[in-house]
Amino acid sequence: MDTVLGINPVALFGQLLVGLINGSFYALLSLGLAIIFGLLRIINFAQGALYMIGAFLAWIGLEWLGVGYWWSLLIVPPLVGLLGVLIERFLIRPIAHEDHLYSLLLTFGVALVLQGVFSHIFGSSGKPYSIPESLQGVMNLGFMYLPIYRGWIIVISLLVCFGTWWAIEKTKLGAYLRAGTENARLLQAFGINVPLMVTLTFGFGVALAGLAGVLAAPIYSVSPDMGANILIVVFAIVVIGGMGSIGGAIITGIAMGVIEGLTKYFYPEASNTIIFMVMVIVLLIKPAGLFGKEI
Amino acid sequence: MEFIKSNKLNIALIALALVIPFAIYPVFLMKVLCFGLFAAAFNLMLGFVGMLSFGHAAFLATGGYVTGYLVSNAGLTPELGILCGTLASAVLGYLFGSLSVKREGIYFAMVTLALSQLLFFFFLQAPFTEGENGLQGIPRGHLFGMIDLSSNLTMYYFVLAVFLLGFWLINRTVHSPFGQVLKAVRENEPRAISLGYNVRKYKLMAFVLSAALSGLAGSTKALVFQLESLTDAHWHMSGEVVLMTLVGGMGTIFGPLVGAAVVVGIENFFSGGELGTYIHIIMGLIFIVCVLAFRSGIVGEFNKFVKNNF
Amino acid sequence: MNKLIVATAVAMGLALTNVQAAGVSDDTVKIGVLADMGGTYADVCGKGCVAAVEMAIADFGGKVLDKPIEVVSADDQNKPDVGSAIAREWIDKDKVDAIGGIVASSVGLAAAKVANEAKKPLLISTAGSTAFTTKQCSPYNAHWTYDVVALANGTVKPLVAAGKKKWFFITADYEFGHALEKVSSSVIEKNGGQVMGSVKVPLGTTDYSSYILQAQSSGADAVALANAGKDFVNSLKGASEFGLNKQATMVGLLVFSSDVQALDPALIADMRLTTGFYSEMDDKTKEWSKRFKEKFGKTPTMGQAGAYSSTMHYLNAVKEAGTDEGDAVMAKMKATKPDDFFARNAEFRADGRMVHDMYQVRVKKADERANADDIFALEQTLAGNDVYLPMDDACNFSKN
Repeated sequence: MDTVLGINPVALFGQLLVGLINGSFYALLSLGLAIIFGLLRIINFAQGALYMIGAFLAWIGLEWLGVGYWWSLLIVPPLVGLLGVLIERFLIRPIAHEDHLYSLLLTFGVALVLQGVFSHIFGSSGKPYSIPESLQGVMNLGFMYLPIYRGWIIVISLLVCFGTWWAIEKTKLGAYLRAGTENARLLQAFGINVPLMVTLTFGFGVALAGLAGVLAAPIYSVSPDMGANILIVVFAIVVIGGMGSIGGAIITGIAMGVIEGLTKYFYPEASNTIIFMVMVIVLLIKPAGLFGKEI
Repeated sequence: MEFIKSNKLNIALIALALVIPFAIYPVFLMKVLCFGLFAAAFNLMLGFVGMLSFGHAAFLATGGYVTGYLVSNAGLTPELGILCGTLASAVLGYLFGSLSVKREGIYFAMVTLALSQLLFFFFLQAPFTEGENGLQGIPRGHLFGMIDLSSNLTMYYFVLAVFLLGFWLINRTVHSPFGQVLKAVRENEPRAISLGYNVRKYKLMAFVLSAALSGLAGSTKALVFQLESLTDAHWHMSGEVVLMTLVGGMGTIFGPLVGAAVVVGIENFFSGGELGTYIHIIMGLIFIVCVLAFRSGIVGEFNKFVKNNF
Repeated sequence: MNKLIVATAVAMGLALTNVQAAGVSDDTVKIGVLADMGGTYADVCGKGCVAAVEMAIADFGGKVLDKPIEVVSADDQNKPDVGSAIAREWIDKDKVDAIGGIVASSVGLAAAKVANEAKKPLLISTAGSTAFTTKQCSPYNAHWTYDVVALANGTVKPLVAAGKKKWFFITADYEFGHALEKVSSSVIEKNGGQVMGSVKVPLGTTDYSSYILQAQSSGADAVALANAGKDFVNSLKGASEFGLNKQATMVGLLVFSSDVQALDPALIADMRLTTGFYSEMDDKTKEWSKRFKEKFGKTPTMGQAGAYSSTMHYLNAVKEAGTDEGDAVMAKMKATKPDDFFARNAEFRADGRMVHDMYQVRVKKADERANADDIFALEQTLAGNDVYLPMDDACNFSKN
């Protein structure tokens, strides 16, 4: 094994690449959260559970209905989005005028219920979901074998993230959304149906989680607690990036995945916690987050 | 309203507490008391100062681990062990508090969560906690070197005394001038500042007290179950204490105890075999219902009901 | 304020009286099955262990000494605090006489502390740590099915002798994983091999990619998976995804039949491992396994077979002893050699270790399997005394 300054570059690059894969995943999940909080000021603690539902719907589709991976990619996110719409319309809207923290508590309760229901029906152990045929196999990159499916995750996550960011920052619809958060009443006076926009935005943010769930199904087993485990990491990312910033969430998600990869090389036991160390440091130095604006 | 605050009710409750272990399994009751104290300590921050901490598990666990370790390895008697555990939590509270009270709202919650995650990691890796095994076989010992606590019944009375002490402390704090300032901060912070109060210092003091009493609960619980594990440091535990306080009634005196009794009771009821998976569903539904309709919690709603009808 | 002082004083006063709880009634022999019912280890014991215990009770006749035999069960969620609290409540409140199941070693040790103090037999059917018969030995522990030393001797020793000298460990980060890695490492080193490195993975991890990468860059020619259940399944899948299984020999240290059946045969074919039991070994095992499958619907694992065997031996001992009192029953259990479809050439030692034949098996390829249950080919039978640790004098409970 060749080492440079005591570091094995081959091993290091491998971990960084795995970090990039996880990071693009985190970016996709944080994006949904960031949209929901940044634009709607709702703290959606159920994002993890909805991600889990996305994975389960894909599994159910395959096991019970013979619906394959590619169809799931198309159908599941809108389904999960629809669930999100129902949650927003009937559970969140009634308390929209209360303190933000109530939306946190409410969605925490929703997450518990969703997780409990799936646990009850499917048991808490993981269900296997096979990698779709066309994405199986590995690419020999020289320093490591990269499973093709994982490469695919990077590509599609980054595409969706960039696409969403562009839509929000650069299009008219995005402009309406951003205006709505500044001054909903004024926007409504212009004839825009703000409540509808809020509901649809929430649905979209949640659909992103559902998409992440389908992407995750083949590589993490599908289990009812998969959302809970990843949720606080994703929250930490959104907070580090700046709770109002969508671009911030994407960049931070990727960066945190890479940092996690580095930690796994140097000090593996700390890899679950490094994100929180970063969060504490960032919040002490720049309380609104790296890219955030003070509320 | 008068009856509720009256001495008669308090005496009746204490009398009930003295005889109830003969009817209900004492270990269950002790669990309720420990969590009741934990929730009451948490409520000091949430209900009275208005700050939602998402990292209070850190203090519960610190109390438990420090006490558990000292009692097992340094031969401390239970009351000294508990004292050390409480002190350790207070110190940690000072440390974490200094870092977090600068922030507010969701940011405060996230900082406390992050800090408690760091502590979780520390407990996971530190050799003295035995990681996933937890500290097992913690001896209950002899209180003051004299009273053998191995009997569940004897232990219960000790825990009851600890609980009453902690409860009394919280009650005194809330009704003191210090407590008044805290309430003022919760209602209108800018006003409190403009009146010249060093708001940050008051928040920090409340945080330290809350942390210390959470540690007291954790220390006592470690002796009751003779075991301390990572479950106490996990963020689920932080979520559970929020639930207990919310269900029981934030900002009320008895709310946290009622909430703890409800949550622990439900968990106990559903933990046998088949019904186990219903726990999350029921808990989640309670959360949702409480936020949507019963934001004042059981005791809060009861108080309102009494106020409106008597 | 005054009332509170009074109340506190009264409470303390009562504490001084040191009231003891009332005596234990014994009109029933109650067995509690404590195991992970829904998580990482649900399939290796879980509800199947409950079924196995029920089967033993039914085969025994449903009654002993004219008293009915009852079973209760609970999910320990692989958490020591949950398991210990359940054990405590079972013993204090529900008058449970013996506790069986026992899967995660961390939970098992916590429950053992409670059961040992109360002098109730602990019938350990699935946990592997040797602590039950060494560091934390007790006259009330019955470690029945296997332990980490037997696995290391059975699986690792022959591989090192066959030329696999460089090893890397992927280890479940808790008591059991650590114990398994430690004894296996010492076997490797004693036989001329070298441990290139190891990585500790939290119990329940599903994505092993970065750990696989570490194994790949270590230069090892054998990668030992010191984990079990779903962890084993997921780590092996990860290994195949990244091509590790082509670069090095994947070695499963603790593999249950349920895990083998959960995997694509191509991923695990020809893996050599050690087991305490497998269903298709001979007529006796086949007959019992068929009955078990009729009752529970799945092929029995060695944990479930061990649960049946230990329960049966326990009930026989209760009958012999004329009581369900812990000391008497344990003495009778150790006085008789266990002998059934599971325990061959067996002896239940004074330290609580049930020493019996173990089996080196090879996982059959898909086209070698006659049916879904036919997953193993026997390579060698190992005598218990060759693979288990000799008794530790400090744990010799025969001198009472």
